[in-house]
Amino acid sequence: METVLKNVRDRYNVLHETHTHGVFITVSPNDVIGLLAYLKNVEGFTHLVLLTAVDWIEENQFQLTWLVNNPVLKQEMGIRAFIERSVWPEESVMDSAHHLWPAAKTYQRELHEMFGIDFPDSPEVNEPLILEYWDQLPPYRRDFDTKKYSEETYFPREGRYTRDPKTHMEAKLYAREGKKQ
Amino acid sequence: MLFDDGKMQKHKTGQIVNSTTAEPDLGSHKYSKLWQGPNHPGITGNMSLELTLQGDEIKKMRTHVGYLHRGFEKLMERRRFINNFPLVCRIAVPEPDFNEYCYAAALEELAGIEVPEYAHWMRTLILEMARLQSYLMWLGGQAGAFGMGMVGQWTLYARDRVLDLFEELSGARIYHIFILPGGVRNTLPDGFEQRVNETLRVIEDTLKDVDRVLFNNAVFKKRAVGLAHIDPKWVDEYGITGPNARASGVPRDVRVDNPYAAYPHLDFEPVVEFDGDVYTRARLRWRDMLLSVDLIRQIFARMPKGGEFKAQLPNMLHWTIPKGETYKKAECTRGEYGYYIVTDGSKFPRRVNVRGPSYTHAVTLAEMMLENCNLADVAGTMVSLHTYPPEVER
Repeated sequence: METVLKNVRDRYNVLHETHTHGVFITVSPNDVIGLLAYLKNVEGFTHLVLLTAVDWIEENQFQLTWLVNNPVLKQEMGIRAFIERSVWPEESVMDSAHHLWPAAKTYQRELHEMFGIDFPDSPEVNEPLILEYWDQLPPYRRDFDTKKYSEETYFPREGRYTRDPKTHMEAKLYAREGKKQ
Repeated sequence: MLFDDGKMQKHKTGQIVNSTTAEPDLGSHKYSKLWQGPNHPGITGNMSLELTLQGDEIKKMRTHVGYLHRGFEKLMERRRFINNFPLVCRIAVPEPDFNEYCYAAALEELAGIEVPEYAHWMRTLILEMARLQSYLMWLGGQAGAFGMGMVGQWTLYARDRVLDLFEELSGARIYHIFILPGGVRNTLPDGFEQRVNETLRVIEDTLKDVDRVLFNNAVFKKRAVGLAHIDPKWVDEYGITGPNARASGVPRDVRVDNPYAAYPHLDFEPVVEFDGDVYTRARLRWRDMLLSVDLIRQIFARMPKGGEFKAQLPNMLHWTIPKGETYKKAECTRGEYGYYIVTDGSKFPRRVNVRGPSYTHAVTLAEMMLENCNLADVAGTMVSLHTYPPEVER
């Protein structure tokens, strides 16, 4: 793995590396597709394990992670890139990797739907994968409030009620003593 | 394919239009549209296949998921690490243990927890038992898709025997939540090994019967041999893992490639076949079941007879994990199952991403494979890919 990392460092501007729990390297978003192509075609990382995003809302960034695997050397490497987190309904944009792995198009389609990250030219990227006719804030963003959405979208079923867990448990556990001090 | 003049068409941009972007002209009265699913015996769980047919030949297939979306990945971000166990086991219903293992292993790595050796052996035993019960259910489904419902009744009986063992071990038949961070929940009950051996004998007898009835059956052979062939070249392109890759001669098995738990202490090689069709994939999984039986016997022969089964852990309700990220994987019956977890130093995971093998098998691969396939073979092909919709949409 050290040789691969050296080759990558020689060719690309590696911004950050972690080796604690597997190898993860951070590069500029502009370098990602070139690096993935290099890893796939030259270094033998032919298997795209996954592509996913992490919402760092505090830093106003999306972290995109491509995990690639070299099946011959049994090694794995995570490629990270940070892109600007757009304000919905504007979308963040990243280059597509579907020309390297056709399977990438499904991951990209899901990220578009769930995080509002667009991958222009990726096949069917605008088609819904899991959600249907969704026109609100993409639900996997940190600022999407699932409880609020649920309360606004669905009606409470008659005869059912919700208790606040804290006050309910206090009342149940300390009923004899009155309110807990 | 797909086009009225029988030729590849060119888009106005000059690019060759492939089948993923072209739409058949339904107004030409040459095509009909058929929805298979979301409830169909050919698919475990709820998933819909939108089929565009010309006669009984499929010209285009699109996978539609979303009928089972429960937002697990989102929900996990709002729950403490330990509170996520009831969620993770529900991501792949017939195989909860692989989820529990991957999630627990990822947390252990991020938190720096050492798992006792005995717990590693216990986990390996549970994972192999889980593999057996999942394969047995699958085998019944595969036979049923080709009109042999009786085989399913035999294999479900054998599966029930395994579920009885799980019930004895954990108190639950399906969602065991037996694997926890730091180890497992308990030791083995008295006489458990003997009861496992009895069940293994039942499974072996069942598999012998299945071999005679299914794999030597003229109808099954005629329909499954040569059907839905997976080219070894597609393995990397389409992210194919597990039995679907191994049946095409590509030896991908996480248990061997990146051994985890007690697998480094077991003697085995991945089962590999070469023809890559439905028959070969069924045969490979049948052989994989025999391998699991062998592995369970090896585990009992080699595991310590007792010892610590759980590491010392902090108070789970106030457990914080340092900032970091990791990916842990295991070999389930469908291929590589993995959890990518990002933590930010708080009591909650920042992001949990589940990499289920069905994600690529059920969508990109199935859409490509089913083109030009006969309508009658759709159920058999989909079962042969062994996909579970819940792990596509998590």
